[in-house]
Amino acid sequence: MDAKEVIARRVAQEVKPEMLVNLGIGLPSLVANYLPKDMHVFFQAENGVIGLGPRPPEGMEDPDLTDAGGGFVTAMPGAASIDSAMSFGLIRGGHLDMTVLGGLEVDERGYLANWMVPGKMVPGMGGAMDLVAGAKKVVVAMVHTAKGGHKIVQRCSLPLTATRRVSLIVTELAVIEPTEKGLVLRERGPAVSTEEIVKRTGAKLIIEGDPPEMTLN
Amino acid sequence: MKAAINAEAAAALIPDGAVCLIGGFMAVGSPRRLIDAMVRRGVKNLTIVANDTAVPGKGIGKLISAGAVSKLIASHIGLNPETQAKMIAGEIDVELVPQGTLIERIRAGGVGLGGVLTQTGLGTLVENGKQIVEVDGRQFLLEKPIRGDFALIGCKQADYYGNLQYSLTAHNFNPIIALAADVVIAEPQHIVPVGVISPDDVKTPGVLVTHLLERAL
Repeated sequence: MDAKEVIARRVAQEVKPEMLVNLGIGLPSLVANYLPKDMHVFFQAENGVIGLGPRPPEGMEDPDLTDAGGGFVTAMPGAASIDSAMSFGLIRGGHLDMTVLGGLEVDERGYLANWMVPGKMVPGMGGAMDLVAGAKKVVVAMVHTAKGGHKIVQRCSLPLTATRRVSLIVTELAVIEPTEKGLVLRERGPAVSTEEIVKRTGAKLIIEGDPPEMTLN
Repeated sequence: MKAAINAEAAAALIPDGAVCLIGGFMAVGSPRRLIDAMVRRGVKNLTIVANDTAVPGKGIGKLISAGAVSKLIASHIGLNPETQAKMIAGEIDVELVPQGTLIERIRAGGVGLGGVLTQTGLGTLVENGKQIVEVDGRQFLLEKPIRGDFALIGCKQADYYGNLQYSLTAHNFNPIIALAADVVIAEPQHIVPVGVISPDDVKTPGVLVTHLLERAL
């Protein structure tokens, strides 16, 4: 099992029945693959649908029905199509139960940076700032380090997405909960020791007892 | 009843230097025939307000490639390398705005409000140069209204009065920009007699629409 699959399977446990959930593009979108088959969840694509379904069969695509990455999708029975003001009203107004987003850096305050690398990558924030500021629960799904460099750091060096503490960080090595006191190590990745997590984390971790190994969907 | 005009006639209404609000999310819901006609006409120096610039060769991406745009207000340009290159080269002045803030600034411009108070962007680069307003002990950013000379709309269906109906994720910015410009040009896929669209399905009342593009034959 590769790192992304471990992360997606663990994040899937955070999804509860009947939640309204927004999955970011890339790694976060994999979470939908690991939910229990009989669980009903409302997925939002912020470009305008609640009740997002899987990719349609070849040749059945509707050019007016895509996800926020521009990929063809379907709408599940009971879906609703909405305009951008309604879509972001749901996000900003606290009606979105959970968002899962990728991350470039998360720091000891629980602040996320995920929208630009000055001088290198300036794609724009899209909906990320609204999602982090407004969702009830913000889960960051990302690999623990990038090319050996730390992504969990004392203070973000990249421009922040919001000054709101995210709810949970899930990597292939650890589940970490940002709290008022700092970053608490809640779970270890499959066959990963606490020492290894500490060694590969660029921020102070609060360790209470012996954190259990994560279980995966 | 409105007269249906062709794409060339509609493009001829839009002078160099105009401020155009354009619907669409990754070109889904964008008025494509009108954009093609604007490119053919060689319009220059436009200010474009839109969610994104799609990809080169699609939707608003064609206006970017044609060098028709000197200023852009958008939430995301990450999937159009030409927009990023022209921004870095100083050919296009780009203002990046969080998606939920952008749509509400346009809505404010369209419904007679003096601005929007939002927590999105607090403590980030988006805050720079903006007024912070405290309401009942909570801090908000003051974001100012946006209006355009033209709103360019893509929709599924129009009737002879210009009542508009949209499809699935092709709503996005379209119903909102219809309120926020002096001249509103709508490009429907179909035009049907008055009464065919149920009043409950009309998302943009025809009284807002200045010109209808004839349907594609």
